[in-house]
Amino acid sequence: MDKKILQIHSSPHISSGAGVDVIMRNVVYALLPVVAFSIYAFGLAALFTLMAAVLSCLLTEHWLCKWSRQTTSVNDWSVAITGIIYGLTLPPNLPLWMTLIGGVIAVSLGKFIFGGLGYNPFNPALVGRAFLQAAFPTAMTTWSAAFGAQRFTSLPASTLTFPLTSPQYDSLSGATPLAAMKFNQQPTDAMDLLLGLTSGSLGETCAVLILLGGLYLIARNMMNWRIPVGIFFTVIVLSALFHFANPHRYPDAVFMLFSGGLMLGAMFMATDMVASPITNLGCFIYGALIGTLVVIIRLWGGMPEGVMYAILFANAVSPHIDRFIQPTPFGHRS
Amino acid sequence: MRLFKFRGGVHPDGHKQASANKAIESLPIPEYLYVPVQQHIGAPAEPEVCVGENILKGQLLAHSQGNVSAPVHAPTSGVVHAIENHTAPHPSGLPVKTIVIKSDGEDRWINTVTPIDPFQLSAEEISIRVGAAGVVGMGGATFPSAVKLNLRNRYSIHTLVINAAECEPYLTCDDRLMRERGQQVVDGIRIIQHALGAEKVIVGIEDNKSIALAEMTASAANYDDITITKVPTRYPMGSEKHLIQTVTGKEVPARALSADIGIIVHNVATAHAVHRAVRYGRPLVSRIVTVSGDAIREPRNLEVLIGTRVSELVAYCGGYKESPSRLLMGGPMMGQTLPRDEVPIVKGASGIIALSTQQVAEQLARPCIRCASCVTACPCGLLPLEMASRSKKGDFQGALDYGLMDCVACGSCAYVCPSNIPLVQYFNYAKGELTNKQRTQHKATETKRLAEQRIARLEREKQAKAEAAAKRKAQKAAERAAKAAAKEPAKGKSEIAQNTSGQTAEKEISA
Repeated sequence: MDKKILQIHSSPHISSGAGVDVIMRNVVYALLPVVAFSIYAFGLAALFTLMAAVLSCLLTEHWLCKWSRQTTSVNDWSVAITGIIYGLTLPPNLPLWMTLIGGVIAVSLGKFIFGGLGYNPFNPALVGRAFLQAAFPTAMTTWSAAFGAQRFTSLPASTLTFPLTSPQYDSLSGATPLAAMKFNQQPTDAMDLLLGLTSGSLGETCAVLILLGGLYLIARNMMNWRIPVGIFFTVIVLSALFHFANPHRYPDAVFMLFSGGLMLGAMFMATDMVASPITNLGCFIYGALIGTLVVIIRLWGGMPEGVMYAILFANAVSPHIDRFIQPTPFGHRS
Repeated sequence: MRLFKFRGGVHPDGHKQASANKAIESLPIPEYLYVPVQQHIGAPAEPEVCVGENILKGQLLAHSQGNVSAPVHAPTSGVVHAIENHTAPHPSGLPVKTIVIKSDGEDRWINTVTPIDPFQLSAEEISIRVGAAGVVGMGGATFPSAVKLNLRNRYSIHTLVINAAECEPYLTCDDRLMRERGQQVVDGIRIIQHALGAEKVIVGIEDNKSIALAEMTASAANYDDITITKVPTRYPMGSEKHLIQTVTGKEVPARALSADIGIIVHNVATAHAVHRAVRYGRPLVSRIVTVSGDAIREPRNLEVLIGTRVSELVAYCGGYKESPSRLLMGGPMMGQTLPRDEVPIVKGASGIIALSTQQVAEQLARPCIRCASCVTACPCGLLPLEMASRSKKGDFQGALDYGLMDCVACGSCAYVCPSNIPLVQYFNYAKGELTNKQRTQHKATETKRLAEQRIARLEREKQAKAEAAAKRKAQKAAERAAKAAAKEPAKGKSEIAQNTSGQTAEKEISA
């Protein structure tokens, strides 16, 4: 026996096998149907925006790793997820130069500055989006209608806007269901919301596909179902209460649940493992907090949508939830 | 019987089929046996034989020292070849005092035994026999069993739980023991029960060992107070506290003994050793070892003399299929890596597992992504990721605050960690550092106490001397005065009285 090759190692000597890259890759798989639908619904604009989002995130991560003399962490797939999710939260006709800037901000200020993977207090994709929302409010709230006739042959004029100039919009702008509700008291059919026959950000329109992706991850034990359940439960209860009190002013629970970015946010953004609590009870509380904030911002805020800020705030609270909600160790119950 | 669930736990691939159907075989007596004097928790045994001495099987080689210790006996007959330092079966590869025996191949016992009826013996006699036979916990913890039997003096024990879970992957030695020697195991269990005065016995067997379960149920059929229970296959079912919770629903309080709630746990192989020790007066000189792992050509269960080198077991099992990457003593979840295969089998060695490079490809630890898999897996309700991050940066108090001392080092957290973080290593490191710190602190306070005592003593002596000198002076003065008084008898009486009282005082001081 060759004596040199015997490893001295701490127990355990076997592992369950599912590595970080496997988990991350599965998240990408779960997102693929959503990506496909967004390209189907918004055509070339979606394809270009998503590509720009993913590329800017990947390249930023790669360059930052190189610059700080670390081995590149691009191959752990986590930054690919950030890129895809970030892209899915953008309006379809956003100028590409804005998309690129947001991606750089997402990875550099949302992730790298805190120490890279595992240390980001906020969901990096949402940090990038929040920056764009603050910097380019008009571009971030102008939506092109889905299923445009020319979507596979031409790009919207705004997409190719020259950097640092204001975009010009086509006439075919559509209001999102949330905006229609907020500003015109005009509800959208629940079936349209479920199937994604509305306008909105690239990945948020088709609730059914997002749910399916989330269920896949839950079934594979790669997502804590308590977070989306906490969110859905709170949103349903609170919005039903308000709707019951004043049906003309406040939308019903079904509308609240399936409109806007709630589905995408609850399934794929709030569940960012790094920025969410580690205990099951903590996850419920975190979900409930997001749900409450979403309802408050949506019903009384100046903007029609509030999922992004709700998640970012809950991210900030998450470490404190972890500090207060801890399991009782074995032998300490009495 | 109603079972209770403990939180967390994992389901590692069992790999038991490789050796589960192989009957126990006796390994031929090797030419040399290397018997370490420390094979148990507690003080090492002190050698009683000299080099060159002829010895017989079962003869005492080294006697136990102190309250927690165990003697070591000759595994076979032969000559004491040397008493020297030999590599210990421990990852450090450090040497430990070892009695080397050259066997004569005759395997002659020191005594012929007439079996006795253990149930006529008192509890004391049983525990003395168990202690004299060098029986220790055979599940791997190697705590001297007699010490555990003596707990009946301080606690009232109502339940004996027999740990037959064998939750570690690959290991099948307890499974085979129960299948092939069920009667003897049950006899051992009854002896322990008798010694503890426990009203009932629960034997917990994981449900992946159905034949052993049936065999044990049949063997214990005549004893109403022994319940053979099927427990779910879930690691770490064989952890003492978790098995107790599963079969009784009771939670052993933190930092307490199970005896505090009236329960004592013994391993099933220990029961077998107790049967031999008490009924036949046979010391613990052999044990059953599972040799398995994907780098072993023919996995087997072997009955091996204590002191046999691991290399001989492997050779008997057809050698290595490929050169192993890791060689383990014990199971893959909690076993320790061996530095090389020349180390001897000791009393706590339940398995020898050789794992190939594919099985244990060394993977670099990645950053923690706070996925909380470890939190879900932890059977002790801890937050392993927080404990590890504190330990990593040297914040041992922080790790303690997160419950480091409640960790049983079962390795469930590191097993599920997708980032390959060696959590158990961090915990062991932190525990070691804390022990060192405690020891240093203890030493410092002890030194301080001794120094203060010395100063006080010197002070007392100085004072005593000064007082004695003063007394002597006074006495001399009195004597002088007495002499003077003798010349002048008129003053005499009062001064003599003073003199006597001074003498008494001096006596008191010298006393």
